[in-house]
Amino acid sequence: MLENIKQFASEFFVTGDPLIYGADVSIALVTIAIFAGLTYFKKWKWLWRNWLTTVDHKKIGIMYILAAIIMMFRGGVDALMMRTQLAIPNFEFLHPEHYNQVFTTHGVVMILFMAMPFMFGLFNVVVPLQIGARDVAFPYLNSLSFWLFFLGAMLFNLSFVIGGSPDAGWLSYPPLSELQFNPGPGQNFYIWGIQISGIGSLATGINFLVTIIKMRAPGMTMMKMPMFTWSVFATCVIIIFAFPILTVTLALLFLDRFAGGHFFTLDGGGNPMMYINLIWMWGHPEVYIVILPAFGIFSEVVSVFSRKKLFGYTSMVFAMMIIAFVSFFTWAHHFFTMGSGADVNAFFAISTMLIAIPTGVKIFNWLFTMYRGRIRFDLPMLWTVAFIPAFIVGGMTGVLLAVAPADFQYHNSYFLIAHFHQVLIGGVVFGYFAGMYYWWPKMFGFKLNETLGRWSFWFWNIGFYVCFMPQYLLGLMGMTRRVSTFDWDTGWGPLNVVSTVGAYLMGIAFIFQAIQIAYSFKYREKDTTGDIWDAHTLEWTIPSPAPEYNFAITPVVDSRDPLWVEKQRRAAGKLPKKDAKPKYEPIHMPSNSGIPIVFSTFFFIAGFGFTFHWVWMAVLGLAGVLACLVARSMNDDEGFYIPAEEVEKTEASLRGTL
Amino acid sequence: MAQAVSQNDHGHHDHGHHDPQELKMLGFWIFLITDVILFGTLFATYVVLHHNTAGGPSGADIFEMPGVIAETFILLTSSFTSGLAVLAMNKGKVKQLIGWLVVTWILGAAFIYLEVDEFAKLIHEGHGFSGSAFLSSFFTLVGTHGLHVSMGLGWMLLLIIQLSRRGINDVTRGKINVISLYWHFLDAVWIFLLSVVYLMGVM
Amino acid sequence: MSKKPGSRLMKWVVLIVTVLSLALTVWALFAGTGNYFVLNPKGPIAEGQRDLIVISTILTAIVIVPTTIIAFIIVWRYRDKPGRKAKYDPDFSHNNLLETIWWGIPIVVIFILAVVTVRYTYALEPSVALKSEKKPVTIQVVSLDWKWVFFNPEENIATVNSVTIPEDTPIRFELTADAPMNSFWVPQLAGQIYTMSGMAMTLYMQADHPGTYFGSGANFSGEHFADMRFDVNAVSDADYRAWVEKIKSESKPMTMETYQSLAIPGTAEKQSFSSFPDNLFQQLVTKYLPGGLADTSNRATHTTPQTEINEKESEQGQSDMGTDTKSNNEHDGLGTDTQEGSNN
Repeated sequence: MLENIKQFASEFFVTGDPLIYGADVSIALVTIAIFAGLTYFKKWKWLWRNWLTTVDHKKIGIMYILAAIIMMFRGGVDALMMRTQLAIPNFEFLHPEHYNQVFTTHGVVMILFMAMPFMFGLFNVVVPLQIGARDVAFPYLNSLSFWLFFLGAMLFNLSFVIGGSPDAGWLSYPPLSELQFNPGPGQNFYIWGIQISGIGSLATGINFLVTIIKMRAPGMTMMKMPMFTWSVFATCVIIIFAFPILTVTLALLFLDRFAGGHFFTLDGGGNPMMYINLIWMWGHPEVYIVILPAFGIFSEVVSVFSRKKLFGYTSMVFAMMIIAFVSFFTWAHHFFTMGSGADVNAFFAISTMLIAIPTGVKIFNWLFTMYRGRIRFDLPMLWTVAFIPAFIVGGMTGVLLAVAPADFQYHNSYFLIAHFHQVLIGGVVFGYFAGMYYWWPKMFGFKLNETLGRWSFWFWNIGFYVCFMPQYLLGLMGMTRRVSTFDWDTGWGPLNVVSTVGAYLMGIAFIFQAIQIAYSFKYREKDTTGDIWDAHTLEWTIPSPAPEYNFAITPVVDSRDPLWVEKQRRAAGKLPKKDAKPKYEPIHMPSNSGIPIVFSTFFFIAGFGFTFHWVWMAVLGLAGVLACLVARSMNDDEGFYIPAEEVEKTEASLRGTL
Repeated sequence: MAQAVSQNDHGHHDHGHHDPQELKMLGFWIFLITDVILFGTLFATYVVLHHNTAGGPSGADIFEMPGVIAETFILLTSSFTSGLAVLAMNKGKVKQLIGWLVVTWILGAAFIYLEVDEFAKLIHEGHGFSGSAFLSSFFTLVGTHGLHVSMGLGWMLLLIIQLSRRGINDVTRGKINVISLYWHFLDAVWIFLLSVVYLMGVM
Repeated sequence: MSKKPGSRLMKWVVLIVTVLSLALTVWALFAGTGNYFVLNPKGPIAEGQRDLIVISTILTAIVIVPTTIIAFIIVWRYRDKPGRKAKYDPDFSHNNLLETIWWGIPIVVIFILAVVTVRYTYALEPSVALKSEKKPVTIQVVSLDWKWVFFNPEENIATVNSVTIPEDTPIRFELTADAPMNSFWVPQLAGQIYTMSGMAMTLYMQADHPGTYFGSGANFSGEHFADMRFDVNAVSDADYRAWVEKIKSESKPMTMETYQSLAIPGTAEKQSFSSFPDNLFQQLVTKYLPGGLADTSNRATHTTPQTEINEKESEQGQSDMGTDTKSNNEHDGLGTDTQEGSNN
């Protein structure tokens, strides 16, 4: 009996490497510490009421961003382990098997569990406030989306300690990811982790699309929407069309592995190339999903910190919608070398290059927003300015990669790695940092420390170029991606050392950011203005942090930069002083709900059951999911009203005008 | 000072309260777009793989059209009766509404019964899901539609219970409109299934 | 923190880190014995690709360099400083002429690049035969976990992780996989092409000079993927003959059992074989079709299975086949015309 348990445990838990034991112990200790802390300080009820069951978009946004930062840590540690392994030829820091797991989880975590939640966090915090809405269209669904994402991410991360991590690359091409070559549970963790969180992403896309279409403040026509909201709109349209493809693709891969299907298998008439096509039909739009909101953030920041209106608003909108549309017709550029023939390659090469046109237009528009402006270099603007050269180089190499016949030489090499890190870090991460620094005061009511932020900024930027510029050269030297080690005779050693140093510089930068957040919490200075950056859009017309009902009185808009115009009119004396006491009305609010977290937990249980082929557990989980659906359908709670007097009191105390 | 924007106007606005039924209807339409993409992907998979029979049977060998035509007839009728249910609702007749929903439900259940029966026969004859790429994609495409119909049946049952408890109000009316839309959508998907899978399969 | 955001300490640290990083990079550039394979081609296809890389880099640089300079000037000139005299015009947010210009410039550049790309796409299509007076030599390549097996059907010899070819002769590589998909890449001779089970890809290349060229698997295929390196030895015709004779006389034959033990996942040393089983490559390509090697119901018949092998090119006994419905041959006519232009 004891032997059986031992046997089971040794297969169930990941064993065999001191690094993993160390990580296991620290994860266990942190978990125990969190539970003990919550119990000791009697915070369980608080946590449940204020956070776990909340349907408030601002709190959900904060939870998304917090999760994203934790995942950035995890993905970053993965990155440093890889760079350490590659620093020296024939280094034996990581066994190839572990190296393969590490680069797989690095990719998945960074794109799906770091970039996506960071993006959704900013959507949640900003969009309703920017368009003058009380909340998103479906607050309950919003909470469900978050918990599906979170528990999906947790299921994926669980593979680190239980069962073993997936190791077939971040897109898991079959046949390598099929049962035949990959029998362990790691690949099932991959499928279910992404599947569960992907359903959440799809729901978020629907939610924000409806929010933006239906819930804009009176007077805010589509062409008066702030540029960030436009970018969210474009992104949600892409999500709507792309994510169902991911859902189906993963489901088919799972059916192959679980039920003996023959979609992508070698035998039985399966076709692995179909998977590669399908996954990139989602995967390529996916990179535009994460980059477009960054473009939106840059547009907001660049105009506020140049004290100017955004240049070429209409061009910007068209450029973004063109990118969203064309992004669906470029997927095959990820496999020019699969023998599709010259016709197909030529088509996809041109469609890919076309993307450069609207992107170039956007860059010019940002530059000319700064032209004849007065540029302030606060942290959001620093990141925006740093983005421009990074993205110019990354974009240029993107066009080079699009040249199909040349791609036969770049493909799968470190040239490609350098390119996509340059656009994903230089574009997406820099953009989300700019957004985080810009809207942090709106989330928490205080600014993040400027000095520590600059330390982090410089280390990020130097590390970024030091890490990735050498990789372009390594690609031209024939170094292929995903090699776990290489020989001395390749001559790749020295540039790899440089690249590793760059990676560690970025690691230091991340530590500075962590310190910055902690320091700023401790020594925070409350922002009493609500408009700490002298900004242009609606979210800055209300106190920071925003009250739970957002706008006591729904604003009416008549321009693209309502707050900016307002301030100009006031300065010119064209507006009456605030004399008339505003007339408040009761505000309808949605009720908190515990169903989303329970629902997602059942989904997690089902995913875990499927991962280990424990059908009883999967059935139990799915039954729980159904029960939650029934409970939701039968529930007729229609929310509650905040009385007008209470709104008045809150407003008075927040605005300090009692 | 920042308050000024919100002071411009507050008389003639409905204090930011949007009609929840209207939001839900738009949300559901967008959900249907995602479902169209989902089925579109499955159709594409089927079209790519349906020749890959790996030495096993092809569609022409195993499809039995009488059953399929019966399924089609039943589902189309159920779509019609769900339309009658909405008409009854618009006239405010709860009992009639519930009655038509029950008829729709029975027809839907009959459809599912026939489909399960078809699947069971195929599996019994040794043409199961893992027989070939063609069979995998066939079962998945048709099965996904069947799963959608089954979910719809469960949901309809819940709505019948809610209607009998609460009668017709804004909330239940919204829900009936949504499920009727869903039901028509599944009908449209079935027409595509019938043409692409069955008719083109036996031709 | 009362200090000014851009403190002196920070400036020094940033400066020192930057200088040290640059110094390290300069060291690395000179310390590496590495050859920039892609930029140092030794065959016509790789040369065409190198030319295209240079052309496209110049074309994009025409836009990128001025844009970067403009960016720096604007950021520098309009930064907020007390007493700044540069013009401040907050409402300057629209200008038809300017916006037309920067929709126009990228459109023109991308148009030129697209034309160049399309021409080269047909010219360098890997399945198109190279123009040469010499008859091409066919080499069949199978990627295994985690090694490369090369069959030379004309000489009936086989090698592992190393292949010898005659110089100045077009080589027609026919490639497949008997393991997870990989990619066959010899950067100095030609760009890569995927190797996939159930299909045969074609890749032409030619070595203009004798030498040993670096080759590797480029598409991740599992645990010991990093060990999937191989050498391409280009030798004179005479040396090639001598090498073939040497293998014939000194190596052992490859039997079906030898192949099966090679196919077991693991790494391998360089090896050579004086013969290999008839039609083994075709059998591997059709392995998963009904009647193929993997068809357990049909194990007894060890002959070439019935397949849809394209018999048009019976000269080599093999062609782009089977489940790959996108036949590569259709571009032959288009390709050979433009081939000369790009080969210099």
